[in-house]
Amino acid sequence: MIEILQFDFMQNAIFASLLVSIVCGIIGTLIVINRMVFIAGGIAHGSYGGIGLAFYFGIAPMLGASLFALFLGWIIAYITYQNTSRIDSLIGVLWAFGMAFGIILTDLTPGYNVDLMSYLFGAILSVSTEDLWAIGSVLAIVFTFALLFYKQLLAMSFDAEFAKLRGLNVKFLYFALVLIIALGVVIIIRAVGLILVIALLTIPPYIAEKFTNSMGSMMLLASLLSSLFCLVGLYISYTFNLSSGACIILVATLTFFIQMLTLKLLKN
Amino acid sequence: MKNDIEIKNLYFGYDGVNVLEDINLVYSKKDFLSIIGPNGGGKSTLLKIMLGILEPKSGSILLFGEKPSEVTRRISYVPQDTLVNKDFPIKVMDVVLMGRLSKSKAFSNYSEEDKKIALEMLEKVGMSEFANQKINALSGGQRQRVFIARALASEAEILFLDEPTASIDTAGQIDIFKLLKELNQSVGIVIISHDINVALNYATKVVHVNKTLYFHDVPKSHNFKAFESSSEHLCPIELITATRCNHTH
Repeated sequence: MIEILQFDFMQNAIFASLLVSIVCGIIGTLIVINRMVFIAGGIAHGSYGGIGLAFYFGIAPMLGASLFALFLGWIIAYITYQNTSRIDSLIGVLWAFGMAFGIILTDLTPGYNVDLMSYLFGAILSVSTEDLWAIGSVLAIVFTFALLFYKQLLAMSFDAEFAKLRGLNVKFLYFALVLIIALGVVIIIRAVGLILVIALLTIPPYIAEKFTNSMGSMMLLASLLSSLFCLVGLYISYTFNLSSGACIILVATLTFFIQMLTLKLLKN
Repeated sequence: MKNDIEIKNLYFGYDGVNVLEDINLVYSKKDFLSIIGPNGGGKSTLLKIMLGILEPKSGSILLFGEKPSEVTRRISYVPQDTLVNKDFPIKVMDVVLMGRLSKSKAFSNYSEEDKKIALEMLEKVGMSEFANQKINALSGGQRQRVFIARALASEAEILFLDEPTASIDTAGQIDIFKLLKELNQSVGIVIISHDINVALNYATKVVHVNKTLYFHDVPKSHNFKAFESSSEHLCPIELITATRCNHTH
């Protein structure tokens, strides 16, 4: 087991897993209690358009994806805040548009073939030190946001109408939350891929919600669970020479099913 | 007499269809006002206008002589007891503390003072022993008491309640109304109620809203009839008092 830790790429992967897990624990909790999984999914998929744009215009892919995700996030925040009918369909359209737009643009970019699979499943074993810095910076932003606005985020998530009546600027906070989610989602995709982002944003908070009695402890437990899934998944991936992202997701989903069944059996 | 709520010739509608027409109402906070009426008759819309969540199409509404959105700190609200997310990870105490949101500092946690007031309000509604319980461990009636404590923690002058007892059994409903009656000694109570019997027993003022608003004095003696089928065009007050109502605007 120890020899795994001697590889630089493995050290980076473990470090990335931990950083990403804390980001997921915090924003995942906010996503789950606000029922925004579909919104996060829309931003995550749609941001592929930004990657295409970045390749086409020759700018840094992460910068392109981040800006595009913030733009999509703003549109989605606007649609959902207005509570327009058919919100889910509109998000579905943006979701599909972003991906198609990104693929067409990479097609049009001469001499470059971007690997869609690494975008979907990530490449946690090839995370660079710069990537770690980028994830760390986003973690700092997410953590500060959650800490400064903890009370307000809790009030809005629990009962937005009441919070509004108590003078909270719900509109500002909601837009800020969606934009922070967009930023978090994009940076995590770079490391662990689209599918893993959605898994880590939903499964750990969903399990944690049942065993905690405050939003803060839910964030903490979700972060710990996420870290555990990542480390166990990485170990399995290394031992059996399997895809890392898929291993992590299988560990997470299996745990999810086991806790569901256990709770069901305990109830009966 | 000074009125705490004054509504004059108020209209409200969506897409050209009027939901409320020519509403006139005066209310002072010593009163216990029950708003009754059929589903879709505009009760909740009227409540939302009073809370400043919706703007009237025409006419005027004044709370304490000002626009509702200017005085949100002086009023508070108890929602229907349908908790969207039953697993929400929150303790009773933290729910009540939300009532202190506008009184506490922006970037810090709630103060000791806030916590003291929140606990006092929990005592007032008889729920202090549940302070550290998760909200999903409570029954519907207990949860509603917590929401009343939350509204009280805002130190508001009028509490607005939207069918707070809709899914609570009759005994539980009567307990809640007794509590509200007691609270009415110091704060105004404006309540939308489904259960006309209970509403009439505790209210000092009753209005019936079905697009327009009819004002009722509370009948002196109730004659609760068991009515099997209710006619759509019959005013509920008539069903209960078994007398002809003289509707006055």
